[in-house]
Amino acid sequence: MAPIAAPDMIVPGIDDVIADAQHHGVDSAGEHSMVLNMGPQHPSTHGVLRLVLEIDGESVVSLAPDIGYLHTGIEKTCEAKFYQQVVPLTDRIDYLCPMTNNLAYCLAVEKLLEIEIPERAQVLRVLLNELTRIQSHLVWLGTHAMDIGALTVFLYCFREREEILRIFEALSGQRMMTSYFRVGGIALEPPLGFAEWVQRFLNDMPDKIQEYENLLTANPIWMGRIKGVGYLSKEDVIALGVTGPPARASGIDWDLRRDMPYSGYEKFKFAVPISTDGDVWARYVVRMLEMRESVKICQQALDVFTSMPVTRLTADAPKIVLPDREQMKTQMESLIHHFKIVTEGFAVPAGEVYVGIESPRGEMGYYVVSDGTAKPYRVHMRNPSFATLQALETMCKGRLLADVVAVIGSIDIVLGEIDR
Amino acid sequence: MGGTPTPLPVPTPGATAESPGPHPGPEPGPSGTGQREYPKEAIYGKDAVFAAIPWNKAVTALGELVTDAKWDRQELTVTVAKENIIASCQAVQAAGYNFFEDMTAVDWYPQEPRIQLSYHIVSYGLKERIRLAVRLDSTDLTVDSITSVWPASNFYEREVFDLFGVNFSGHPGLTRIMMPPDWKGNPLRKDYPVEGYR
Repeated sequence: MAPIAAPDMIVPGIDDVIADAQHHGVDSAGEHSMVLNMGPQHPSTHGVLRLVLEIDGESVVSLAPDIGYLHTGIEKTCEAKFYQQVVPLTDRIDYLCPMTNNLAYCLAVEKLLEIEIPERAQVLRVLLNELTRIQSHLVWLGTHAMDIGALTVFLYCFREREEILRIFEALSGQRMMTSYFRVGGIALEPPLGFAEWVQRFLNDMPDKIQEYENLLTANPIWMGRIKGVGYLSKEDVIALGVTGPPARASGIDWDLRRDMPYSGYEKFKFAVPISTDGDVWARYVVRMLEMRESVKICQQALDVFTSMPVTRLTADAPKIVLPDREQMKTQMESLIHHFKIVTEGFAVPAGEVYVGIESPRGEMGYYVVSDGTAKPYRVHMRNPSFATLQALETMCKGRLLADVVAVIGSIDIVLGEIDR
Repeated sequence: MGGTPTPLPVPTPGATAESPGPHPGPEPGPSGTGQREYPKEAIYGKDAVFAAIPWNKAVTALGELVTDAKWDRQELTVTVAKENIIASCQAVQAAGYNFFEDMTAVDWYPQEPRIQLSYHIVSYGLKERIRLAVRLDSTDLTVDSITSVWPASNFYEREVFDLFGVNFSGHPGLTRIMMPPDWKGNPLRKDYPVEGYR
């Protein structure tokens, strides 16, 4: 295969990188470069990502990601399930933010059905989504710092993450794969003591964030490893489809929660932190500030939620939402609805919708096509890491090999959602 | 790591923007003519959509390129001919739809045209999203790649090539991305069994 000089913005393929290296190897100038295979089982790749790197000494000449190791065909599986059966599948796409996936999918199907869910359920969804964001950012911070060599932060972060997972377990019975949202509302009423528990957590959290910052922010080793590394310009962000914190760290003032609000986000007051530095450090700063903003949103949502009278958390749509257990055992109508939903699902009017929401990693979009039956005709997920991975080459080119690890950490990659 | 805690430097002063802002909605039409509100109910057909929302930036930018249009559930879908996909992308990009979000396909087997490609493009300025749709007959599953307009479409086109078997001419490296390189078949096609071939 002839060596291909890849245009600047286009991510080269694996063959191109190898051919390029071989071409350079026989260069009359005596330049010598080699191909390095990183992963798929490399601790810094957070899953199974394989990178084929062409390196000259210690600097990266070109790089090609090889993905698909976790491909389980979730999109295909969705087509064989009823609409309500897809919810547990969405958890498994991005295992660090199950609630965000649930929300995006449920919003898409609710848009197809054109049903409104009660405000109390919307507020609870926002609260849980922001807790998920904090939880996901904690995993990012812990593993990112660990990749760079600061192991302590990892243990601190997982202490608080554990608390959030316990809250999720109390809510849904599951720590990670919560499947707590339903098409048309929320599965269960939160348990007694839920609000107090979240309040205790929110009271502690700002101090804990300060604790992580004391360990990292002014640490000269930390700053030396991430300042000026992995630069991504504003133009490249748009060209390469980068969203979320990496985009905001490059000066793109865009947050779907504020700019195209969903699930009642327009009622909450929060700032969207942005930076113009565009490096790994800026992404760190943006995410740390985002965590503080999330705590604020959680507090507002919790206040609203506790002040509301206790009402049903599901829409008034008996043919779509499962009835209460009590009603099902006492009313014939409810029993029939229950039986029909479980055995036949519910028909969704034909049409196609796209719903994009702000996941901790960027824009998470669900494109759902219905042909009027009880099973989705097509479900496609637009996953933020998938697009952001295309920018990896631009960020790493010409930099040191050790910086690749810092850059991968900074884009907060989750391979489950890339491969689906 | 003792000593006084160092507060995190706020990156750019004044760069944070407060929420919420009410949705600014569509821009007012020229000289106050026509209605600026998006209709609540669904509208099908090119002429009806053009009559209902003539001030929409995508509608004005695409103009003659449109073969069919749909306004459904507050989403605008514009169908264009497959030869015009690059021209259409350039037109909407010039009209302010600056960010390529997503591209995927839907297999309408056994109907013809079989494959529908859906491009989702959002405008950061207008805060609006459009869907460009292209229909492909199963006899000719080749379409121009839009990597020259948005390089971000690279992985998405490779995914559609891999899972649906659509060829993108002009793509810089059209190889399988999800499935192994030696895989036979295109798993997301409707005539491919869910359990796979055993």
